[in-house]
Amino acid sequence: MPSPKRIGKIEFGLLSPKEIRTMSVRKIIWADTYDDDGFPYPQGLMDLNLGVIDPGLRCKTCDQKASDCPGHFGHIELAKPVIHVGYTRLIRKLLRVTCRSCSRLLLSPEEIEKVVGTEDDLTGDILSEKDIKKERVCPYCGEQQLKINFEKPTTFSEIIIEDGRKIEHKLTPADIRARLEKIPDEDLRHLGINPEVARPEWTVLTVLPVPPVTMRPSIILENGQRSEDDLTHKLVDIIRINQRFKENQDAGAPQLIIEDLWELLQYHVTTYLDNEVAGCPPARHRSGRPLKTLSQRLKGKDGRFRGSLSGKRVNFSARTVISPDPNLSVMEVGIPLAVANEMTLPVTVTPYNIEELRQMVRNGPARRSLSQPCGANYVIRPDKRRMRLAEGNLETVAEMLEPGWVVERQIRDGDIVLFNRQPSLHRMSIMAHRVKVMDGRTFRLNPAVCPPYNADFDGDEMNLHIPQTEEARAEAAILVAVEENILSPRFGGPIIGGIHDHVSGIFMLTNQLKWHTKQEALYLLKNIEIEHLPSPGMVKDGVPYWSNKQIFSIVLPKELNMVFRASSCQNCETCKRQECDRDAYVRIIDGILESGTIDKKAIGAFDGQIVNRIIRQYGMKRAADFIDDITHLAIRAIMMNGFSFGIDDEDLSKTEYGQIEEVLQNAITDVQRRIRIYEDGQLEAMPGRTPEETLEMQIMQVLGKARDRTGEIAGRHLGLGNSAVVMAVSGARGSMLNLTQMAGCVGQQSVRGERIMRGYDDRTLPHFRKGDRGAAAHGFISHSYKSGLNPTEFFFHAIGGREGLVDTAVRTSQSGYLQRRMINALQDLKVAYDGTVRTTGGRIIQFCYGEDGTDPMKSSFGDPVDVKGIVESILKEEV
Amino acid sequence: MRPEFEEAIRVADLPEKTKEQLRTYIADREITKEQFDTILDRVIREYANTRIEACEAVGIIAAQSIGEPGTQMTMRTFHYAGVAEINVTLGLPRLIEIMDARKEPSTPTMTIYLEGEYATDRDRAREVSWQIEAAPLHEFGDIVIDMENMQIVVQLNTQVCEKRRIAVSDIIDTAPRKIRDRRHYRDFECEVDEKNATMIFSPKDRESYQNLFQLAEHVRNVIVQGIDDIERVVVRKESGEYILYTEGSNLKDVFEVEGVDTTRTRTNNISEIAQVLGIEAARNAIIHEALSTLSEQGILVDVRHIMLVADMMCMDGEVKQIGRHGIAGEKESVLSRAAFEVTVNHLLDAAIANEVDELSGVTENVIVGQPIQLGTGDVKLIAKPLKLGES
Repeated sequence: MPSPKRIGKIEFGLLSPKEIRTMSVRKIIWADTYDDDGFPYPQGLMDLNLGVIDPGLRCKTCDQKASDCPGHFGHIELAKPVIHVGYTRLIRKLLRVTCRSCSRLLLSPEEIEKVVGTEDDLTGDILSEKDIKKERVCPYCGEQQLKINFEKPTTFSEIIIEDGRKIEHKLTPADIRARLEKIPDEDLRHLGINPEVARPEWTVLTVLPVPPVTMRPSIILENGQRSEDDLTHKLVDIIRINQRFKENQDAGAPQLIIEDLWELLQYHVTTYLDNEVAGCPPARHRSGRPLKTLSQRLKGKDGRFRGSLSGKRVNFSARTVISPDPNLSVMEVGIPLAVANEMTLPVTVTPYNIEELRQMVRNGPARRSLSQPCGANYVIRPDKRRMRLAEGNLETVAEMLEPGWVVERQIRDGDIVLFNRQPSLHRMSIMAHRVKVMDGRTFRLNPAVCPPYNADFDGDEMNLHIPQTEEARAEAAILVAVEENILSPRFGGPIIGGIHDHVSGIFMLTNQLKWHTKQEALYLLKNIEIEHLPSPGMVKDGVPYWSNKQIFSIVLPKELNMVFRASSCQNCETCKRQECDRDAYVRIIDGILESGTIDKKAIGAFDGQIVNRIIRQYGMKRAADFIDDITHLAIRAIMMNGFSFGIDDEDLSKTEYGQIEEVLQNAITDVQRRIRIYEDGQLEAMPGRTPEETLEMQIMQVLGKARDRTGEIAGRHLGLGNSAVVMAVSGARGSMLNLTQMAGCVGQQSVRGERIMRGYDDRTLPHFRKGDRGAAAHGFISHSYKSGLNPTEFFFHAIGGREGLVDTAVRTSQSGYLQRRMINALQDLKVAYDGTVRTTGGRIIQFCYGEDGTDPMKSSFGDPVDVKGIVESILKEEV
Repeated sequence: MRPEFEEAIRVADLPEKTKEQLRTYIADREITKEQFDTILDRVIREYANTRIEACEAVGIIAAQSIGEPGTQMTMRTFHYAGVAEINVTLGLPRLIEIMDARKEPSTPTMTIYLEGEYATDRDRAREVSWQIEAAPLHEFGDIVIDMENMQIVVQLNTQVCEKRRIAVSDIIDTAPRKIRDRRHYRDFECEVDEKNATMIFSPKDRESYQNLFQLAEHVRNVIVQGIDDIERVVVRKESGEYILYTEGSNLKDVFEVEGVDTTRTRTNNISEIAQVLGIEAARNAIIHEALSTLSEQGILVDVRHIMLVADMMCMDGEVKQIGRHGIAGEKESVLSRAAFEVTVNHLLDAAIANEVDELSGVTENVIVGQPIQLGTGDVKLIAKPLKLGES
């Protein structure tokens, strides 16, 4: 159960050599790890005091087993001090701002006061390098200061000017440490350093902590060989050099050798801390791969911070391919039996459910068919012991069951689960569904919930998580459920609604007035729960008929009143309203569709006017039910006549082909004419453009118009009998442009908004004359997809297509980074109980959220109240 | 509309915008008292329903709402916004530019509105445009390089000057000065003859032709009229008035030109607005620019999300970037900064300054594995369950 303890704060500071020695459990002196028997050397890098990784051994420090021992630090005494690479810039700054002999700040108390302020009146500023003039005299001891040179990665030197010549004098880490040691505490405070936790001399290491073996475990390869962690390798190097250094020092080796060894030690410690320092060749593994040392472990996407701490792994999750099932509710998700059998949910045994749970335990882990009730996989006793249920022990465990035990039962119909598809760009990428256990091996979902997940079924996979506590299930049901997320907080409109065939289907059902027999009506309404049909709208020759609008009205709530124009509306100058030729004037009075066609504007995802109105008037649950009904009805409607598209649907008649040919021919000659005007120097340039640019713009315009004309010609021939037209007009998929390209003419291919200009000298392809500015030579495709492209056209088409691909690839990474930055900048903001927007730290960002305190999700496309809708529904007329 | 309705609307606890909508929708309609009461009642109820709830993680929602449609935007940098002659950066690159709080946008432009008769008369509007558009000297006359005498002769065309409403004396005065000050070229001498409207430039070093041609280049291109940063001005008539669109931006200087309506004129250079008009104006500029970039792409995003981002960027009185060098990099929490970018440096610096992480933000609490202080994690009310049998 959740611990009541909270970590209050985390303080950061440096480890002093003293602290390193106190926290160390063992001084490490041997570079070797294991002896020939595979046992760790005492005082070696794998010393048993540092923790254990081999199962069976016990830690010598805490006497715990490998699984419980957290590991303990050791230490290495360095022969001579070395610089910590991360702090070279700090050291440089300190050397430059302090005196080389007395180590005090190179500013008089008055000068310090100017920047920092007096004790009572601190400015809050800290001193920086710029506040101190170069090469001045120390105000305390009068010592002439020298210029400090810093060379990457860790070399410091002083510049002495002697007889007009510059002489570089190298500072050893020991010299530097001595100077840093002398800096008084108050001076450090002025520099923004807290001397109690971070004395600057601690940045020059004299002792090196050795991390516990648990954070650098060795792995045993298949051939039984041990392979050590990169950190261990690096530590081996350090100890080896350190040892050699000590020996040479004791033997009184010449200064040159000592210096070399010192530098080598510095190199190894540097790469141990950070193996990507500028000016320092990275330490490599035997195989040539650069070692992953301390900094590299923390850094980057897969580093400790972003990879392991901010992103965590979970249990109780499943992943598989998704596929559509239009018969499911949008609130449901179909789960394969194999997944449901594996995934469990803990239930505490109480006197009320003990019998039910006993039965589940008896059912065991193997549920073979959908009709069988769910079983259980594990039982947890009050002493936290976990018992796996298997064929043999079912009966005995069932008898042992007592209140207080926990049974991990399998998932069954109606359980609430979280469903997710990456990339999780907004909160609707994770929603809670109700389980429906099904055959097959894929997750099944109603296609109407594809838009929020941005899912399709071309092989997409999705993840499923089972909430394990009552709190989690309650939050899932109340906040994360699909029916709570129909509205998008981005713009305050529905994001779940009919797509593709739902829209085409409902369009074909409701477009124009049609009459259906009882048999047809029942066929359409088969998947919708209704008790009885409304009275027939027409009786002819004693046979009752129901109109298509009547059938649609069955799924509408009874008191719904609204008037709007469908997406097939042409925005005519004078609206003929009910008498619209295209039947685009939608009027719903008291839940009856009086006129108009239902299409994308009415029920589609993102638009869904009816869905939107139902949510505001009847709530989210009713809207979810409506979406279920409408999708079921639409699928039946599209099934009644069938819906398909083939190559012959792009056929036009001879007259149209003639007209298209003529339009294109005219356009091409028009282009030729304009080119001639340009070449004669007669073309008048548009203001601010060169004649050449003007010509290009004119050509693009002429050819664009020509393509549109061919589209119109093709459109005249293809009516609502054509499936592609139905899809385009209803808004289900595609546009008239797509149809134009298939049947009429593909049109101009462009790169960066201009005609295709690149290629050979003065021409795009060797098929054309040099300097040819004509339509065909720069990527105009006069054929249609159906008639087929000729080789040059095909090539231009590929050029245009490639640009699109590159664009998408670049865009995803750029927008992903933008979103990461924005989330990071804004994630701590919340609405406080007083209506202000604050950071979690308590800073106020806005006094009233959004200046009016309106929730964008609940708003009506931004407005706090949908006044139009309310007035409309009460007056029952268009306002 | 009946006065009693008007009165009822007036006293209702609703925002002005809603009241206004209500008035327009029910004006000129026959409405019974009963109908009106139900309408008003439902409006008030819906208004109460749409209040934002406490603890809502509005920041994350705002970031997602702007970030998610980013994938649907085009990368096409150049686009013609309204005016065919002027290129403007649009789409995702522009959005990134706004969030980055760049000092200078990649395509600075201004929309200059005019006052009084300047707005209605084409010729007057044109006059203003001449005052603004940077015009180089060669547009005002003929420039001849006299190689024999090693000099450059400029013969100003008085007609052009008159048409452009600039005095010859002004040109004669500004040209040499601007070559020195703006173009940083000083090695020349200049003789002027105001009566004949001629200027003679000669390089100090008369030995080299190179100098002569260099000088000629400066003379040709020195800007003698208009504002230097504004390379082009296009005059357009929109909804009954003339508006100037420019390539290049200099708000401060444009405001000083006569005829410019300073209340409506705007630039897309946000940092310039912050300097000239202050941080509140910059906040509004961010909102306007981001919203128009998104809506130009046909993407619907609620203003409130963008307002939140803008407020966050302008909170400290200067426009701050969304990212490492701005908001994200100046956060209180060490862990949060380390988890964002440049992990190691933040940790090292924190140790030196003895920083303390109070673990108030989201990332920090995720890192240490405890509930975050947002949404349901922020509710501190605890219900004590009654024991069975207690009442």
